[in-house]
Amino acid sequence: MSGSSAQKPTGASFLKPLLGAWSWIFLLAILVFFELYARAETGQTFLFRVYNIQSIAIAASQILLLALGLTLVIVAGHIDLSIGFTTGLSAVVMALVIRMAGPESGWAIVILAMLVGTFAAVIVGLVNGWLVAILNVPSFIGTLGTYGVARGGALIVAGGATVSIRSDEARAFGNGDILGFPVPVVVAAVLAFLCHYLLAHTRFGVHTYALGANRASVERAGVNVKKHLIWLFVISAVTAGVGGLVYTGRFSAGAANAGEPILLYAVAAVFIGGASLTGGQGTITGTVIGAFIIAVIQFGLVFSGLPPYWQFVAVGLVIIVAVLVDQSRDKLTGMQS
Amino acid sequence: MTPILQAQNLNKRFGGNEAVKDVSFVVNAGECVVLAGDNGAGKSTVIKMISGVHTPTSGEVRFQEERLTGKTPNAIRQTGIETIYQDLALADNLDPGLNLYLGREATRRFLGIPMVDRRTMRETAKEVLKGLGIVIPDPSAPVRDLSGGQRQAIAIARAIHWKAKLVIMDEPTAALGVPEQREVMALIERLKAQGVGIILISHNLPDIFAAADRIIVLARGVVAGERRPAETSDEEIVRLMMGAAG
Repeated sequence: MSGSSAQKPTGASFLKPLLGAWSWIFLLAILVFFELYARAETGQTFLFRVYNIQSIAIAASQILLLALGLTLVIVAGHIDLSIGFTTGLSAVVMALVIRMAGPESGWAIVILAMLVGTFAAVIVGLVNGWLVAILNVPSFIGTLGTYGVARGGALIVAGGATVSIRSDEARAFGNGDILGFPVPVVVAAVLAFLCHYLLAHTRFGVHTYALGANRASVERAGVNVKKHLIWLFVISAVTAGVGGLVYTGRFSAGAANAGEPILLYAVAAVFIGGASLTGGQGTITGTVIGAFIIAVIQFGLVFSGLPPYWQFVAVGLVIIVAVLVDQSRDKLTGMQS
Repeated sequence: MTPILQAQNLNKRFGGNEAVKDVSFVVNAGECVVLAGDNGAGKSTVIKMISGVHTPTSGEVRFQEERLTGKTPNAIRQTGIETIYQDLALADNLDPGLNLYLGREATRRFLGIPMVDRRTMRETAKEVLKGLGIVIPDPSAPVRDLSGGQRQAIAIARAIHWKAKLVIMDEPTAALGVPEQREVMALIERLKAQGVGIILISHNLPDIFAAADRIIVLARGVVAGERRPAETSDEEIVRLMMGAAG
């Protein structure tokens, strides 16, 4: 058996690491592009300004908070569309708790509000997990259903409007900084680190990859797949919920549609980062790069003075490129066996 | 020799269909028992009753004097019965080490934080496979890059590493080329030499005669005959598989 699969020279073998690192290269390329463009057009620097870097990092962290948990779900071969409105639900619930406590809310109330907001997200995650793991509903359909339910729920508790609050503490949470790093960025970085640890260094992570490749492999290995799936959807809901908490802090208001515009960007970030719709692939590092690519495009186009609608076109094109790269990578590995 | 596994009067009914009727046999340590039979003869149903996937309608399975019937597949696996299905149930995107340890991963601590210990698992997999006479060119590559025989070896290595006392194999050579089929047969010999009992499902006559210490022929859910390879012939086994009276 040892000699039976001698590796055939593929000629394209040098392409493989290049395709593996394409998202890094791409991120670098668009940074260079916008830098050159800015210098040529306005004579100013694009990248080397603290304000620009902060804006890009905040935009990226908004995307990331939805994309982090989603990465785990996608690696396991599923998808979670409900996160768009889980974010809104958490944002609205947090704002409502602070508003009910009155204008003199201290840190205790704000933290309680954040816990209740996160709890609301956990409920959505549990429902998703129950649908997918116990009732065997395909995750695309199941979470599309909870997308609607969370959306309606958020609008109903918010009374159809934006819930504005007045709380210095909440504002500090959304707009303050820690050693020069905006709080939303720090929150996203901490969660990214935790998710990376979970996916890359724990048994839970190994089982998540195996589940994405072949459900039978983990089932026969004695892993409780149902419980595992429920956990994945709860984690996904929680990172999206934290996105809602950050939103309420940043804008001093909870809106039901806080996450809606970010949902597609989050999905895109995961796939640009190297995940595959069929599961079993993807990393948190890749998702972080994916989120930054989108954030740079978003901010760069606005900075360049182009109509902001171009960002939809640009991000759409990047998604298509990501899928094409993924396919050619599969072809290259296929050629080896 | 005391048998390690006893199947006693196993019956399985699916609705009105009697898939398995009154099947009894034993497996001794270090012995390879082949369950031979045509498609639909009840071979798979019998092994699923042993591995716990199906519960017999009546009858029972005993393993080292312990009653297995009624236990979950997991509990049965932990008593030392490893089943290697035709599809192998490998996670194609993981390396041989992780596949060897799947569900029982080794961990180490880094600054007090538990981390999956990929290197140890990779090294162990390399060693266990070496013991089976198999060298994997790149132990960190995912198993989808390996040949059919190498993948089979990983499934067998899992049984060896976790000290299985009985290994059930469902058509292990069905999807393999001729040289790889031979290598799997060699692996079966190695398992036997280590005192592991084997139940092999097959309808491939050369495989049956190469591997078997005893051949149990199933036809339409009943035992049509039990033979030692030296006492029988291809023709007789085929006749039994077709359901003619032995």
